[in-house]
Amino acid sequence: MAPTPSSTTSTLTLDINGEKHHLSVDHRTTLLDALRERLGLTGTKKGCDQGQCGACTVLLDRRRVVSCLHLAVAAEGREITTIEGIADGDDLHPVQQAFLDLDGYQCGYCTPGQVCSAIAVIEEHAAGWPSAATEDVRPESVPPPLTPDEIRERMSGNLCRCGAYVSIVQAVARGARAHEEARTATAEEAAA
Amino acid sequence: MKEFDYRRAQDVTGAVALLAAAADARFLGGGTNLVDLMKSGVERPDLLVDVRELPLDRVESTADGGLRIGATVTNSDLAAHPDVRRRYPALTQAVLAGASGQLRNMATVGGNLLQRTRCGYFTDVSGPCNKRVPGSGCPAVAGEHHNHAVLGASGHCVAVHPSDMGVALTAFDAQVRYETLDGPGEVPLTDLYLPVGDTPHRETTLPPGALITHITLPPAPLAAHSRYRKVRERASYAFAIGSVAAALDMKDGQVREARLALGAVASRPWRARAAETVLTGAPATGETFAAAADAELAAAAPLPDNGYKVTLMRNLMVSVLTELAEGDAR
Amino acid sequence: MTTTTPGPPALRTAVGTARTRVEGREKVTGTARYAGEIPFADLAHGWLVLSPITRGRIRDIDTAPVLAMPGVLTVLHHGNAPRLYTDYVGMLGTPPDPAAVVFQHDKVPFAGWPVALVVAETPEEAREAAETLAVTYDREPHSTVLTADDPDAYPAAGFMPAATEKGDLQGRLASSAVVVDEEYTTPEEQHSMMEPHAATARWEGGRLEVVDSNQGAGWVQSELATLFSLDASSVRVRSEHIGGGFGSKGLRAHQVSAVMAATALRRPVRVVLTRRQTFSLAGYRSPTTQRVRLGADADGRLRALDHRSLNQTSTVYEFVEPSAGVARVLYDADAHRTANHVVRLDVPSPTWMRAPGEAPGSFAIESALDELAERAGIDPVELRLRNEPETGPVSGLPFSSNNLAACLREGARRFGWADRDPRPGIRYDGRWLLGTGMAAASFGAGAMPSTALVTAEASGSYTVRIAAADIGTGARTALTLIAADALETTPERVHVRIGDSDFGPAMIAGGSMGTRSWAWAVTAAATELRERLAVTQDIPPEGITVRSDTTEALGALAQKERHSFGAQFAEVAVDTSSGEIRVRRMLGIFAAGRIVNPLTARNQLVGGMTWGISMALHEEAVRDRNTGRHYSPDLAGYHVATHADVPDIEADWVDDHDPDDPIGIKGVGEIGIVGAAAAVANAVWHATGVRHRNLPIRPDRVLAAAALPPSDSGPADA
Repeated sequence: MAPTPSSTTSTLTLDINGEKHHLSVDHRTTLLDALRERLGLTGTKKGCDQGQCGACTVLLDRRRVVSCLHLAVAAEGREITTIEGIADGDDLHPVQQAFLDLDGYQCGYCTPGQVCSAIAVIEEHAAGWPSAATEDVRPESVPPPLTPDEIRERMSGNLCRCGAYVSIVQAVARGARAHEEARTATAEEAAA
Repeated sequence: MKEFDYRRAQDVTGAVALLAAAADARFLGGGTNLVDLMKSGVERPDLLVDVRELPLDRVESTADGGLRIGATVTNSDLAAHPDVRRRYPALTQAVLAGASGQLRNMATVGGNLLQRTRCGYFTDVSGPCNKRVPGSGCPAVAGEHHNHAVLGASGHCVAVHPSDMGVALTAFDAQVRYETLDGPGEVPLTDLYLPVGDTPHRETTLPPGALITHITLPPAPLAAHSRYRKVRERASYAFAIGSVAAALDMKDGQVREARLALGAVASRPWRARAAETVLTGAPATGETFAAAADAELAAAAPLPDNGYKVTLMRNLMVSVLTELAEGDAR
Repeated sequence: MTTTTPGPPALRTAVGTARTRVEGREKVTGTARYAGEIPFADLAHGWLVLSPITRGRIRDIDTAPVLAMPGVLTVLHHGNAPRLYTDYVGMLGTPPDPAAVVFQHDKVPFAGWPVALVVAETPEEAREAAETLAVTYDREPHSTVLTADDPDAYPAAGFMPAATEKGDLQGRLASSAVVVDEEYTTPEEQHSMMEPHAATARWEGGRLEVVDSNQGAGWVQSELATLFSLDASSVRVRSEHIGGGFGSKGLRAHQVSAVMAATALRRPVRVVLTRRQTFSLAGYRSPTTQRVRLGADADGRLRALDHRSLNQTSTVYEFVEPSAGVARVLYDADAHRTANHVVRLDVPSPTWMRAPGEAPGSFAIESALDELAERAGIDPVELRLRNEPETGPVSGLPFSSNNLAACLREGARRFGWADRDPRPGIRYDGRWLLGTGMAAASFGAGAMPSTALVTAEASGSYTVRIAAADIGTGARTALTLIAADALETTPERVHVRIGDSDFGPAMIAGGSMGTRSWAWAVTAAATELRERLAVTQDIPPEGITVRSDTTEALGALAQKERHSFGAQFAEVAVDTSSGEIRVRRMLGIFAAGRIVNPLTARNQLVGGMTWGISMALHEEAVRDRNTGRHYSPDLAGYHVATHADVPDIEADWVDDHDPDDPIGIKGVGEIGIVGAAAAVANAVWHATGVRHRNLPIRPDRVLAAAALPPSDSGPADA
């Protein structure tokens, strides 16, 4: 069979933080490299480039993924949220505020990934997803509260070599509480 | 990484056809293993056929009370699915024990089964490896092998299959359905992987160009009482050094039926049939569990630095079976 | 920064008050730009090619096919690279590591040695070309395995004497009522900072500018200027945000090769190490084998102490991991002998890594102390209290302040140590055996000369400029507080700029000396500025700037034993049927001088303790014993502790004051890891009754130990 003529680049549109970006990419370009090298969105970090550290965590259709193992060309048509799209203008997201207030970082390089991951952890937990720390995974069981052990397990895909885990876990817990309060307030508003 | 073409498949037939038309193409699912292997130079395809938009992303109950799992269902969706959690809890536990939340959101069921070993010699293209370069040698046998196989290996390759999910699926008699240019096919998961022998580079019995489309789980009432336990060198986000998926059906202190599969001990998820034979019909006691474990591990052939796995697997099997027998989920 | 109500400033209250980081907002929003993230027009990308062979010579590099590949601009190697000047001793008293001085000859002294740099228009093109480049080698036999009795080992001085000795060691050991004589090993450990090394070099207006990730912009600038025979004023290095360093981020192959390429191509070139490349190019902590011999009276008072450590170094550079040094501070004995040895192997050169010497050394000596306590039937805390030295055990010098006893007592009180049953292997929680352990800690408190510029701006605010580095320590924030107090103003009115070699010479972020050294310089300049402002009301548009240099003040400091101290406590759970170990809680109490910012200082101390857990249970870089190459050199093969491994660690401090020091800072970056691994290992002994003398305490080691008589595997249903 004659080889079909092949193309190794594509022109595509990426939907990032609510903005459309048009670019031409080498198929080898990962979403991480497209963000950092092509679009100036350097908040997403490259720690290992192998899916082994979590520093490059972004949200894809609101779910957390490692952008280093996701090809940019395969991200077309998906809704991408990076750390640059987490805050509401000058107002930090409650999780960001908690990281800042509780010193949930040191060098800051893993931080965008930790923050994106934490936001997703809170949503996954709210959706009733169990974790490896959940004693009883059956759907009839009482959903586990987001205890420190649950947070630790769920956040374990984000390494922090500075060793700021203790304050990160506190920040995620505080962010989760703020998230819960906001949801309750919204629900009450709607009910009123 | 070599330059390559990229196509998104819209339907299963088209995906299989696209792959067949290229010299050296691969299906791209979550990419969590393939893209990594392309970066390290282990895989150098000229075409990627992206299968993630195929309509294979559903978990459905089958008429007979089993489950039909689409090949592009993500690990996360599989683990969170109420039917999986209710009817095959060890499968949820196995999936959740693997990788990280991010990787589970990307990785697919089909890709999980076809992922490659994480043996450090396999991923280092500057050195020999029989699995990567047939006939080049296996440095692990005389080198670093403390997390290598103790069952079913050969002198040609001692690498282990890294999947957690596959261990639970193996225990539950999963069937693998696939599509080829010549039509669909099916193979039991226990027969998906070839014995290592002297051809460790040949890993599965799938026909060339086959695309896994579904995994089916037959009904298994005992699976509702199942458990997965994994031991690794850190508390999370690490591959297993040993794992056990087990289910027990008991009556009056006797084992009526048992399912047992082991992870991180062989080139494939290891169904422990010898142990199951000992368990079936025997009293559910520590002695039985130990005898079952010993029966399974009688064939173990450890290397100088991985003999601990025999002890570990024996202890793990006894411990998990004891927990199930006591009906206590601790 | 924590908001404070505007109003008359409360004078000199900033230091000691918890403050969030001044750059915190940038870090949590992703706008803080690290070295590889600063945009440059016309940027080219370099990719290093490393040797897969372990020893030998490069026979040939076939560049032609690679130069024909898309986007490839050049290939640099020993055949075309400029010759560099290497015969010098740098700012920190060391010559350059030959692994950083790339492409000077055809010799390959270890696997992962840099042999070429491929530069291309895009990173993808550079990577593929680098992987395609055909290099042929002539191999030579190699030796890469460290053994305790290597006949080629020799005593070596690093930043301290190789050996110290007093008293009759054999005689005192022979007459001791209780003796410990054991060997301890620690494996190769990798810094594994989250941000791999990255540098962009360019020529701009006749000056070489390097944007880099390093622990000292002025340090790297002086090294590059010397190597390339450039006038120091024509080289500028900037390093604004650094994604961790831990000792690894000094002069490395990435900066040097980037400068070569930028010079050759006359355009900006960026070189970023891959995670795998950092394993051979970024330094590491050498594996150690250590023999400790202790002799004591029946009441636990030490009569003999012998600590000998051996580490590996490369064949081209000597680095000493001074593990035996910790005994020169913590414990005295009539007969006292310490020695650091090295052996040259065909491996990369190790380097400083968080608490060099103290981290592995404290594992050995503090484990041995625990064994002594066990054999003598004395409580481990009490044993340390009984052996606190009056003066420096080797130097005889007085301590500037030594509050180890206060740490031990406060730690024991808060940990609940008094209730501890000393018997091992008897506490169960389900399948888990429980135990507690402790260890003492010390780390040197030094300072090095630095310069600082402090400017009173016409606007009424102040600008501090100093070539400091904030590698995550919180230095930028700490210096803001220091300057505010010295200027008698509020932190909100102080703007601290760091990470620029143009600000003048300054100490690096290292040795727990950074913040102390910089704070001294900032205080000196700020104090003088305040005095000037007291007599000058008019501030010109360019402001009034005062420059300080602490060289003289530091030279006048009296010779004393200056150290921080600490007491580490850990509780662990061990499942001897699976080999799993979980640390359940940990407490560290430290005497670390004046705490500038409690929020960030606590984070530093807890971070160090987290490293201790990681060192005790996880970290081990594996080298194939036949090829001498790393096995799985990545973050899946090299395990650092992740969230699930780390419990709610507590760190706190006791009052500690150095009367000679105007600032009183001792540094908190390293003391947290010292003794931490020993505390965990001692707790594992208390849990199981099995002593683990080899790190990390992996599941297979726990299982192997459990298989030995007397059986201590726990009942499944206890």
